[in-house]
Amino acid sequence: MTAAAANAKSRAARAKKIRQFITPEGVDLELKIAGSGLRFGALLIDLMLIAFALFLFSLAMLWVGFAAQSDVTVVVWMLGAFVLRTFWFVGFELGSRAATPGKRIMGIRVVARDGGRLTADAVVARNLIRELELFLPLMMLGVGASDDMVSGWTMAAGILWSLTLSLFLLFNRDRMRMGDLIAGTWVVMAQRVKLDADIATGTAGEAMLFSESELAVYGIFELQELERVLRGNDPRAMREVADAIRAKIGRAIAEEDDVFLLSYYRQLKARLERKLLFGKRREDKYASD
Amino acid sequence: MTPPAAPASAFDAPSFSTSRFRAEREADWIAFDLLLTKLEKKGAAALTSAELLQLPLLYRATLSSLSIARATSLDKALLDHLEALSIRGYFLIYGVRESRWNRLRRFILYDWPAAIRSVWKETVIISLIILLGALTSYSLVSSNPEWYFNFVDEEMSGGRDPRATAEYLQSTLGHGKAVAGESESGLHIFATYLFTHNSRVSILSFALGFAFGVPTMMLEYYQGIGLGAMIAVFAGKGLGYDFGGWLFIHGTTELFAAALSGAAGLRIGTAVVFPGARRRLQAASEAGRTAGKVMVGVIIMLFAAGLLEGFGRQLITDTPLRYAIGSLMLLFWLGYYYIPRREDAA
Repeated sequence: MTAAAANAKSRAARAKKIRQFITPEGVDLELKIAGSGLRFGALLIDLMLIAFALFLFSLAMLWVGFAAQSDVTVVVWMLGAFVLRTFWFVGFELGSRAATPGKRIMGIRVVARDGGRLTADAVVARNLIRELELFLPLMMLGVGASDDMVSGWTMAAGILWSLTLSLFLLFNRDRMRMGDLIAGTWVVMAQRVKLDADIATGTAGEAMLFSESELAVYGIFELQELERVLRGNDPRAMREVADAIRAKIGRAIAEEDDVFLLSYYRQLKARLERKLLFGKRREDKYASD
Repeated sequence: MTPPAAPASAFDAPSFSTSRFRAEREADWIAFDLLLTKLEKKGAAALTSAELLQLPLLYRATLSSLSIARATSLDKALLDHLEALSIRGYFLIYGVRESRWNRLRRFILYDWPAAIRSVWKETVIISLIILLGALTSYSLVSSNPEWYFNFVDEEMSGGRDPRATAEYLQSTLGHGKAVAGESESGLHIFATYLFTHNSRVSILSFALGFAFGVPTMMLEYYQGIGLGAMIAVFAGKGLGYDFGGWLFIHGTTELFAAALSGAAGLRIGTAVVFPGARRRLQAASEAGRTAGKVMVGVIIMLFAAGLLEGFGRQLITDTPLRYAIGSLMLLFWLGYYYIPRREDAA
């Protein structure tokens, strides 16, 4: 496989996670499906928070119970635990961010698949199904551990069956849980991205000049990788990239890496953007100019 | 292209520059970001009318910036920021159209009963299944009491089994002094336990629905089995009438809720198996939303049943009165759900 084909392939794989999502104004928001790792992380965080809240709540109830000498607190505790467990997800996802604290930390949120608004019934449906996905495998394990009535094979089949329910999201392109499927929802990336300073402005841009042919070797993909490295500001990464570019365009090492890279970035960007205005989009270095 | 000029001049005068584009519009993005943050934290009520008027303008300005930037700019940080900002703006602006209070009002007045009405076929089927379960175990236990122990858990029955005397059974119904007095302190705990337990079973029977509805039906059948076995024990000792009252006061609400949760599950199951003209995924999600509404109703009903069970049944020991309350509750639910109202026409 040629390098170009490999590159195109990896790009396509990344692009697969992007779904068209056109607003009524006709702009495609290009939502990105949240990965399973992020979702698992969000779930873990939520479960830990629930456990922690339950712990605090239990302490408070114990304290009140001893103080008041009454067992009404037991009732309050049971109801509180029930509400916490059942409505933690529903309550948070009904909010304006449509995300539990775990999801917020992971930078993901729930949206309706059809582009409409996320309705309360959808949120309820997707989270009541969660009950099944989370607890059925655990229940199966519990039953298997405590009972000798069922044979090992039946047990294994049961666990396998319930695991396919829980891991359903791994088996479809859109990373939908059973609950998402039933409720017609998606979980997508919703990170807040702070607007970084524009690195293309400033005075250092003309420190050194590159010729047209020196700029003509790279495309948009490389430009944005270069931007990432510049923003990362890690001396070792900058040294590597600077050396790679120098080797490619045949320049001797004569100046500081950051000055070199910044100048190159600015002039490459100006060149590519000028071309964009003429309708010429060059995706990467393998594309023809 | 122009003839090869000196690179310096080409760099000095780009016909379009991200920096200029950004300088012209950045103020709008920052203002929009601030408004969104305020909206997220405090809700629409916190915005002044001037800010509310500005919101759609800034939203559109941001979307148009995004379109332009995608076509002309290669600054990844800028693109990412605009994308994230637009996504946030879209979901806030198109997401919140109603206050929570209005949502609640509409849910209670229209959406909840409408959802329950729309699953009436499934409700009938599940009710029949529960009834069938009850009849099965009733006939088995009344012909041979030994069957009872196959149906009802030793712990759950708490001594209410065929070996018990009529007096003991009578006392568990809340008429006798001794048992009622001794267990009074623990009763509200027991009622709460039953509420949370029943809610869990209902949620499970809903959630199992998408496996083509089969596990749901089994679960509901099993619920009927337990019920029938109990009835057989009490009826066998001539306590059928009293037991009926004991069961009726909360049972009409609780069993109705159980049937509805099964119906919600079955709705999803049938939508997956028989999507009709719609796509299977779409059918499932439509059914899921209806079922979601039904389930919110079910949990509210179970809460009502829990209250009736914990307090009503302990305070009211008169069997005819128990029947009356149970029937009233049933009539209330039936009327609330099935009497058509104007919004239906829409």
